[in-house]
Formats: sequence, structure tokens, C-alpha cells
Amino acid sequence: MPVLDPQDPGQQGRAIISFDGVSKIFPSRKDSAEVKAVDTINLVVPEGAIVGVIGKSGAGKSTLIRLINGLEQPTRGKVTVDGLDIGSLDEKALRQARRSIGMIFQHFNLLSSRTAFDNIALPLEIAGTPRKDIKGIVEPLLDMVGLADKRDRYPAELSGGQKQRVGIARALATKPKVLLSDEATSALDPETTAQIIALLKQINADLNLTILFITHEMSVVKKLAQRVAVMEGGQIIEQGTTYEIFSKPTHATTKRFVGEVTGGNVPEWLQSKLLADYAPGRQAVIRIAFTGADADEPVLSRLTRAYGVDFNIMHGQIEYVVDHPFGTLIASVAAEPELQAKLIADLTATRNTVEHLGYVA
Amino acid sequence: MSPELINMILWSTLDTLTMVALAGIFGTLAGLPLGIFLATSRAGELFPAPNVNRLLGLVVNATRSTPFIILVVAIVPLTRLIAGTSIGTSAAVVPLTIAATPFIARVIEGAIREVDQGLVEAARAFGASPLQIVWKVLLPEAMPAVTLALTLATVSLIGYSAMVGAVGGGGLGDLGIRYGYQRFMPEVMATVVAVLICLVQGVQSLGDFISRRLDKRTRHS
Repeated sequence: MPVLDPQDPGQQGRAIISFDGVSKIFPSRKDSAEVKAVDTINLVVPEGAIVGVIGKSGAGKSTLIRLINGLEQPTRGKVTVDGLDIGSLDEKALRQARRSIGMIFQHFNLLSSRTAFDNIALPLEIAGTPRKDIKGIVEPLLDMVGLADKRDRYPAELSGGQKQRVGIARALATKPKVLLSDEATSALDPETTAQIIALLKQINADLNLTILFITHEMSVVKKLAQRVAVMEGGQIIEQGTTYEIFSKPTHATTKRFVGEVTGGNVPEWLQSKLLADYAPGRQAVIRIAFTGADADEPVLSRLTRAYGVDFNIMHGQIEYVVDHPFGTLIASVAAEPELQAKLIADLTATRNTVEHLGYVA
Repeated sequence: MSPELINMILWSTLDTLTMVALAGIFGTLAGLPLGIFLATSRAGELFPAPNVNRLLGLVVNATRSTPFIILVVAIVPLTRLIAGTSIGTSAAVVPLTIAATPFIARVIEGAIREVDQGLVEAARAFGASPLQIVWKVLLPEAMPAVTLALTLATVSLIGYSAMVGAVGGGGLGDLGIRYGYQRFMPEVMATVVAVLICLVQGVQSLGDFISRRLDKRTRHS
């Protein structure tokens, strides 16, 4: 059983989005074979949670998110949003349902011919909100995303981060219950990404708005998600709380994603120097992954004292995920194979994950 | 140049302007919806009707590939039916409109297809109907390009209008042929050409100006 984080709000609340054995198959065309973009997916998003779906491009996450607001219809299975079976709705009912599902996009998708104010007003105009009420809805939203002074600017006059803020305000205009984010930070620089993530977290907390986002960046998952689903080949290969995924990734793809953030991936310069076999004079290279509670143990200095060996630190990184430290240390040690085995056994006895990578000359 | 000649040039200019304006208005009234339909009716688009799209595309292509002067002659019965006569300025509006409509439809189709599909997806995502997408998203976003397209169509119409003189339509082209060419009055020909150049320049500059004003895609300093 995976360890559950008692502080995880994602575990509470009723399901607001659920996928029930959902598949989406794009039929074959003249020049391409049939594509199973989404393959038998089961996923539950609790109300008020922030859930991240991570995968490489082509993993099916774009299709997954578009099944929620009916931009794609499932080939099999059922997608339910707030009790509504999205696939069973006719066009008119679907358009109505979409008003309670906001969406933001990687490339913002703002109308170049409308000012910030008018872009945010657009969903209201479409929903038939009386003109006199629109101002009273749009202006607080501009305040909320910090763009009150950019009210009459056109998108071309705004920075990427400001455009995404307009996109967020627009998505919130019809007071949705769910916000879908399609790679919303992927076109932004790291600093702006952090600001947008902070804004999304604040909106989630203030409005109890459920957020489901897709991304290919684990650093975004780390900062934003309470729960994570990892997608590959149209399937969810692993899911759990962010803490679970970071502390006990089981699938190779998940490990690679986690490694991006925690430094667990062996750097290329070292990879090219690694040798498979022991020879006298060669040092053993070990990787120690610190997860959560164990990260503050003085592992290396204890071993140095106990066995009289010296560690040479080659690579290291530490990151905080859900307030727990996660880190990786790659070190080499001059020791005979026998002593190596002892060291590794000793390290493994602690709760850290230890791996013998090879040797360096 | 005698005052009568100057008078004739003025009246001919007015005739040309009337023909171009009327054909432009009728052509836009017919071409705009046709262009919107052509831009949104392929499989998987807002109003999917791929067969009708193909059929209309064929009709548009056929009309556009018919030389204008042949079109003018070929539709004389229709012209007579609509305008009550087959000669004169008002009769000329009929073939001009019929030539302008598919042209305008194609350039408007092009202008609308230029609009980022992401905007259409966004509009669908917040619950817009296909018609709302056309009115609230596609047309406003395509407006700068549509303006340029209509400018291009107007310039082409000025050129076409010079040809209807051949079938008794009035205007500058007619004047140029009858006086400048057939009566060997080079000064009339030169004046007619000069007026046409000014008209085209004026229309183009006005179109460019409006299009720039509508285009918010670049920063204004």
C-alpha cells in the first residue's frame, strides 16, 4: 500500500471529474494508421483538488483533457463532470456544460482584436450575460489576476505572463467549477511560470476551484499538483499523491520524470565515464536517493567514520516536494568489492534507495 | 480639351464609380457568406458539409476561370431579366457582380482560414455555438485581412468595369475606347488612364489605412 499523505486535500471531497474505462481511438486515414490516443483510462478528480497529468508529447494527455469538455468524444467509456455524462449531451446541453468548465491554453488563444477587458468579456457575451452586468464581473477578475491597469491593452501589448493572466480571467468569467489547463506554462520563462503557478494555487484556495492540468514538465507538477497521473502510450501508468509519486516511483518513465527534478538522472559526462567492471584502482560509483524523512541523515560522514573510506561527491541535488526534501547524491568511493558490498548493504538498511551504477577509473 | 470632353470624363468617372460601388456591395453581400461557408464547411469544421463545399468550390472556380468578356456576353439573358436591359451602366452591374462574387468569396475564405485555429478551439471550449464563433471570433479576427481582400476586389472591379464598355456599359473604359482609341484622341485616352490610376491608388491607400487601423496584432507605439 502506498503511503498516503494525511495533509493531501486531494483525497477529500467528492469526485467532480471521473473517467470510467475511457478510450479514444482516432480511425485510420489514408496516410496514417489508427491511433489509440487514450486507452482504457480510469481517473478520479476530487472536488477542490489540483491534479496534474504528466507525459511526453504524444502520450495522449491533450486528448485526455479535451474529453473532459467534450472537444473530443470518447470511443468507449464514460466521462462524468459534476454528475453530467459528457458523452450523452446534445450540442446545446454540451455548450451549456462547457460554461462550467474553464480552459486555459499553452498559446493563450486570446483574440488579437479585443482588449484584455473584452477578451475576458467574450465568454459572458457568448453566454448571453446582459451587457450591463458584464463590467461588474470582468473588473473584479482583472483585479484578481493583477491586470487592472492593463484593462484596455490589446494582447500584442502584453507579455506572455500577462496574456496567460487574461486567459485565466477569461476562463473564470463564467464561474466554472473546474479549470482545465493545457500546458499553460509551457510557453513561459521559469520566473513567469512560477507566478502563474502561484496564481493558480491562490485561485484554487480562494474559490475551491478544481484544477486539472497537463504538462510535460515535472517541475510544474512538483510545485502545483496535489495528485499526479503519469501517462504513456495513452494509458495512465502510475498515479497517486505528488508525495507518493516522488518518493516511490515504480515505472521507469515515472522515475525519469522524478529524476528530472530530484537530480536522480545520471549526468551525461558521468554516464560516458562509467565502466561496468571492477579493476584495481577503480572507484565504485553509487547513487543514493534521499526521500522525504531520511534526507537529513548524515549518511556519508557516518560511513566514513565506520569504515574509514573517503567519498568523492560527483553530483548532487536537493528539492522540496510537498514540504519534504527529496535529493540525490552520486558519489564514488575507493573500496575493494567486498567492502563495497558492505557499504551498499549498510546504506540500504537505512531507508534511502541505493544503487550501484558502475566504476570510474 | 473642350468643356464637353471634360464633362464627359466627369460623367464617365461617376459611372465607373457607380458600377464599381454597386457591384462591390452586391458582390460582398453574396461573396461574404459564400466565403465564410467555404472556409468553415470542410469535414470536421464548424458547419461540416464537404460535398456542398466541393460543389460550391467547383462553381466558384468555373466562374473565376471564365474570361470576363465572355461572361458578360454569356449572361446577357440573365442581365436583361434582372436589369431590364442588356446595355448601359445599370446592366453592366449584373456581370460585374457575378464576376466579383466568387472572387470575393475566395479571398474572404483565405482571410478566415488565416485565423488561428486555437481561437476556434478556445471559443468552443467556453461554449460558443458555430454561428457565435463566426460572428464573435472568425470575422473580427479576420477583419484586417478581409479589408485587404475587399480592397483587392475593388481594384479588380475597376479593371473589369473598363471592359463592360464593349457591351454598351458606360464608364471610363468605354470613353477611352470610343474617343481615345476609335476617334484618335490621345489626350482623352491619357486622361482616362490617369483617372483610373488615381482611383486605384485611392482605393488601395484607403484599404491599407483601414486595415492597419483594424489590425491590433502589432504593438502601437
